[in-house]
Amino acid sequence: MTAIDAITMPKWGLAMQEGIVPAWTVDEGQEVSAGQEILDIETAKVANAYESPVAGRLRRKVAAEGETLPVGALLGVVAAGDVPDADIEAFITDFQANYVPPEDDAAGGAEPEFVEAIGLRLRYLKAAPEDGDGAATPVLFIHGFGADHAGWMFNHAEIGADRPAYALDLPGHGGSAKTIGDGSVGGLAQAVLGFLDALDLPRAHLIGHSLGGAVAATLALDQPDRVASATLIAPAGFGDTINGDFIEGFIKETRAKKLRPVLEMLAADPALITLQMVDEVLKFKRLDGATAALRSVADANFAGGLQAAGLKDRLGDAGVPIQVIWGAEDRVLPAAHAEGLPAGVKLTVIPGAGHIAHMESSSEVNDLVRAFLPD
Amino acid sequence: MPRKSVRQAINEALRQEMERDDRVILIGEDIAGGMGAPGDKDAWGGPMAVTKGIKPAFGEDRVLDTPISESAFIGAAIGAAATGLRPVAELMFIDFIGVCFDQIYNQAAKFRYMFGGKAVTPVVIRTQYGAGLRAASHHSQSLYPVLTHIPGLKVVVPSNAYEAKGLLIQAIRDDDPVIFCEHKLMYDDEMEVPDETYAIPFGEANVTREGDDVTIVAIGRMVNLANQAADNLAKQGLTCTVVDPRTTSPLDTETIVETVEETGRVVVVDEAYPRCGMAADIAGLIADQAFGALKAPVKQVTAPHAPVPFSPALEDLYIPSVERIEAAVRAVADYGQSAAAE
Repeated sequence: MTAIDAITMPKWGLAMQEGIVPAWTVDEGQEVSAGQEILDIETAKVANAYESPVAGRLRRKVAAEGETLPVGALLGVVAAGDVPDADIEAFITDFQANYVPPEDDAAGGAEPEFVEAIGLRLRYLKAAPEDGDGAATPVLFIHGFGADHAGWMFNHAEIGADRPAYALDLPGHGGSAKTIGDGSVGGLAQAVLGFLDALDLPRAHLIGHSLGGAVAATLALDQPDRVASATLIAPAGFGDTINGDFIEGFIKETRAKKLRPVLEMLAADPALITLQMVDEVLKFKRLDGATAALRSVADANFAGGLQAAGLKDRLGDAGVPIQVIWGAEDRVLPAAHAEGLPAGVKLTVIPGAGHIAHMESSSEVNDLVRAFLPD
Repeated sequence: MPRKSVRQAINEALRQEMERDDRVILIGEDIAGGMGAPGDKDAWGGPMAVTKGIKPAFGEDRVLDTPISESAFIGAAIGAAATGLRPVAELMFIDFIGVCFDQIYNQAAKFRYMFGGKAVTPVVIRTQYGAGLRAASHHSQSLYPVLTHIPGLKVVVPSNAYEAKGLLIQAIRDDDPVIFCEHKLMYDDEMEVPDETYAIPFGEANVTREGDDVTIVAIGRMVNLANQAADNLAKQGLTCTVVDPRTTSPLDTETIVETVEETGRVVVVDEAYPRCGMAADIAGLIADQAFGALKAPVKQVTAPHAPVPFSPALEDLYIPSVERIEAAVRAVADYGQSAAAE
């Protein structure tokens, strides 16, 4: 059978219902490789390039530029150059005849939930395979400084298609309680442990970014029986320095115009930072207690642009599988922090990605995560 | 995130601040309903039901229905603020402000200044403004420029439900008298509003659209019309920056000037009368502070200098429309272009 592949509207974030296609970045008839950016997609929350999941020739652009389409709708068709046009047409006709747009109330299950853990009300979002949780060990996503569960929008649904996947708002962040104690990595790790207890999860695969990477590494070292594996994306605690301008600017700036250049430090391509994203960060920072919580975290972990760097050397003693992923162009925590990892810790440095590699190179990060998790 | 109307967002802000601080009280005409009469004590919740349910939740000592005497209850609220409470008074329509204006502009606005900075007057006066409800000249005006004129008053004109909640919380926590102006056509407008409390600082404009060609500065409900105009024009290749000042006093001149310097072309949209209105004020400060950046005269889109008509057909023509904003944007975008081609 000759392969014809449908390019469909992705689901970025569990609440996403539809997206706009502002522009294609390849032409009809052009050969594309898997992971190549082929079109831009905008949602109410974010704009990003969409990477082709397959290799082949782009035979048809089905979505017109400027068109708004629901999740799962046909955007284009990729197939080898020798597949007859008639087969492509038949494939499109067949797809459109069978395509059912997701119902609006399907988003009902995508609302964040709350749980009490170590005396704090914590918010989280859960994704799970369509046929239920199953027996697989769940995944827990742990975001970085100032972020929340929505930062995993390009990863959460993808990974959650195979096993239950939780994305937590750390204390002081997102919709969780703004009480944060001393704000240290150790304190946050205790909260994550409390979250696992509260949801009755004996073990989880941890995926942590930045500050959340330090939290995941700490749990892997201190609670190896609770951690099935750890994927650390640009983790804190691996080198002596951190970009103090980013931390201070993130806390201090209250206007979009001033905050945007700070957030642009997160990405290799500043165009990823949209007005909507800046607005979301401002809305979080205005919540009562949020800025004070950020200040506590920064003072406890990143005072004066410095950080405690002890985690990396201890990883060799961790009894659980650990991989590290870093964007080569990270301007918050340099990729050089990954040099000299202990033997047995897998490292992937992604060219062209900045501090938020899980957003900028989401397909590659998702592949790395899936390859690292047991079947 | 839950969706809430402007009405719900304001109600929630009032409840949460009353919960947090027992010095916060509500006072006004019909804000509960049934003043002095037997029967239902939560009959109205104000003419737009914004304060509905608050009296049963917080009791008669903190939700005070008053007789129809603006000078009495606005004066009482200002006096209570000067002596330790944090009252939120509801002036049913901004059009009635003349009755109690002395209390506001010549008393509340002056206390901090005349008592050497030692007196604070943390009163909020919530009030409805705006045309479009077929309520005629006595109940439809956009009089916030009159209040913006007075030093010592802070004036807030929110553009949606998210803004309304955060700005009202800030208003209640502010130690100065704040006039909080709600557009009567917007109470049912819904959007995502956090359940948690948050305050939006005064004097910080919000940039709701980013574009290269023209800056639109719009006030209150006009922000939504400006956004629609910007979205329509973007489809035709003309991109606009839209600035919502949020507060007309203090006014974020920095953001206005910065965005004007980026585009060089400006339209100011205001539902108020044009003479001494916000559009004229903002156009004046742009001429003063960003003249060198201008590539075209500043265009103002306002109501005509006339009372709000009762005739529905005339009222619809009276209020600035998306079409008028688009035409003004085109005019400033085209200015100088055709002349250069000739």
